[in-house]
Amino acid sequence: MSAVIINNIIKRYGSKKAVITALQGISFDVKQGELFGIIGPDGAGKTSLFRILTTLLLADEGTATVDGFDVVKDYKSIRQRVGYMPGKFSLYQDLTVKENLDFFATIFNTTVEENYVLIKDIYSQIEPFKDRKAGKLSGGMKQKLALSCALIHRPSVLFLDEPTTGVDAVSRKEFWEMLTRLKEQGITILVSTPYMDEASLCDRVALIQSGKILSINTPQGIVDSFGKKLLAVKSNDMLHLLKDLKQCKEVEDAYPFGEYHHVVLKKDGEELLKSYLEQKGYLFKLKEAKPNIEDCFMALMKTS
Amino acid sequence: MRTLKFLLQKEFRQIFRDPSILRLIFIMPVIQLIMLPFAADYEIKNIKLVVIDHDHSSYSRSLVTKITSSGYFILTDYTGSFNQAFEKIEQDKADLILEIPASFEKDLVKESESKIFMAVNAINGVKAGLGSSYLRSIIQEYNKEVRTEWIQFPRFNPETNIEVVYSNWFNSSMNYKVFMVPGILVLLLTMVGANLTAINIVKEKEIGTIEQINVTPVRKFHFILGKLIPFWVLGLLIFSIGLGIARLFYGIIPAGNILTIYLFAAVYLFAVLGLGLLISTYADNQQQAMLISFFLMMIFILLGGLYTSIDSMPGWAQAITKANPVSYFIEVIRMVVLKGSSLADIKYQLLTILGFAIVLNGWAVVNYHKRS
Repeated sequence: MSAVIINNIIKRYGSKKAVITALQGISFDVKQGELFGIIGPDGAGKTSLFRILTTLLLADEGTATVDGFDVVKDYKSIRQRVGYMPGKFSLYQDLTVKENLDFFATIFNTTVEENYVLIKDIYSQIEPFKDRKAGKLSGGMKQKLALSCALIHRPSVLFLDEPTTGVDAVSRKEFWEMLTRLKEQGITILVSTPYMDEASLCDRVALIQSGKILSINTPQGIVDSFGKKLLAVKSNDMLHLLKDLKQCKEVEDAYPFGEYHHVVLKKDGEELLKSYLEQKGYLFKLKEAKPNIEDCFMALMKTS
Repeated sequence: MRTLKFLLQKEFRQIFRDPSILRLIFIMPVIQLIMLPFAADYEIKNIKLVVIDHDHSSYSRSLVTKITSSGYFILTDYTGSFNQAFEKIEQDKADLILEIPASFEKDLVKESESKIFMAVNAINGVKAGLGSSYLRSIIQEYNKEVRTEWIQFPRFNPETNIEVVYSNWFNSSMNYKVFMVPGILVLLLTMVGANLTAINIVKEKEIGTIEQINVTPVRKFHFILGKLIPFWVLGLLIFSIGLGIARLFYGIIPAGNILTIYLFAAVYLFAVLGLGLLISTYADNQQQAMLISFFLMMIFILLGGLYTSIDSMPGWAQAITKANPVSYFIEVIRMVVLKGSSLADIKYQLLTILGFAIVLNGWAVVNYHKRS
């Protein structure tokens, strides 16, 4: 059974003159116990989708079920069994760590002790600061507290809206390790992120752009479906190189990627590209590159 | 029930951790009740008077002495020409000019009639009206004295005279503080009640905590009760402090039963808190909430019958006061504190406020959505 089923969800904002369609008919399923990533740039509609699934927002069209319950009709049941961590830290800053956790436990009619096992890994890291006010915690600790509070009632589906935005690299890594462990507990996790590198840590990802789904697949599947030749080019004059690469007729797309420029070729035009660059007088280093999610995302954005 | 308990616990914790709220709650009533009643004085004192005396007689002097010794007037200048005196008015150094003609004493003694001239600076209407009427009554008094001194009354007075004797009921010394202080206390309760609830919920919206609450199974009804009860308790606490101050500083002891006042205050607070809630369901941020409640407060205060009598307002304004909860409580608190009215006397007002409470809270509950 699928933990989350989304069927042709459409959400529009604004009225009459300026209507923005944030979600343009999105459909996908998330399997039970899956770690599902929703990857997309800012403004792609990730938060709107999460708010619809957590019963905070009503969709204009389409249906969705979470854990078998309809988000419109059975919102009460859904609120009992989902955990939601909004992108913005939204716990009570003037209550202490422990008070926040106790508060959220009690309003879900449970106690911290009852589900301590589930949050132990995470909570034990902030437990030394349990009498500190939540507003006085560092960004990473706030994140851990928010996750603990979202987990305290042992939700069957967990929604994490950009949990790693604004968190340092070490904390990000730790956070993803925590998610993997939670997945082992059988919790379905939907996580949204603007960071492509995090996509490979998910079981499956949906690439989303301007309210439309570009692709849904396993991270490997997405990479495999790239289907075109990708080259990495480096030279002494990177700025002009990019311009010239874009003008070359063998090249479908070129964009900066770290210290190299990634070049997507139309056909097998590697030799032609080489001679083109030699002709332009570049001292260049060219190698074949393995596409990753970001390359796929760029390619999909281009075609859609 | 258990949820409600924890919601209340959380609210009280947050209130008591916010030093600015605490300060506001306790310092506001003390300052307002101790300072405002002295400032919000209906009696006009310190009216600046300029006397133009062309007569310089003992009569004119005794008239001026009588005026200045009344305590209402300050003699700022004593000149000989009207132009000089008028300059004083132009410079805002005088409110009233009294011109005594050259033949004042002579006319008074010989013709038993004399005229004096009074000019009033009417920029401040209340001051002008009251000042001139004070002055007129002092001159009349003076007139009477002169008459008893000079004119032999016949055994039977040919003129029919009606002498008016006043007796002020319920506030025998006409002490304005006795009716101002309870009124100010009502305003205080209204401001604290409506503003605090409005801002409190909007703050949760602003910070985003309401989002986290909304995904929980907490019931709307519980959430709103959790917000209402703490401020209801605080409101009654402030009310008690206010009554204590009224008793300590002004010796105001309610003539009626104090429980009647508390009963009304309790119901009234629910209405006011409901108003705050309603504001908070419409406002998206604290600024909006503040502006809305500020706007309503102005109307409530000016059309509440505290500073101006409702009976003297035009018809349409009187109609508005019917929709103003403040006017009912001011009326009731004055009735109970001054007149000793009982529950039976205020039942109409009590039921009206109960109606307000139900409508405002009901509206707020309906308008508060856990999802958009």
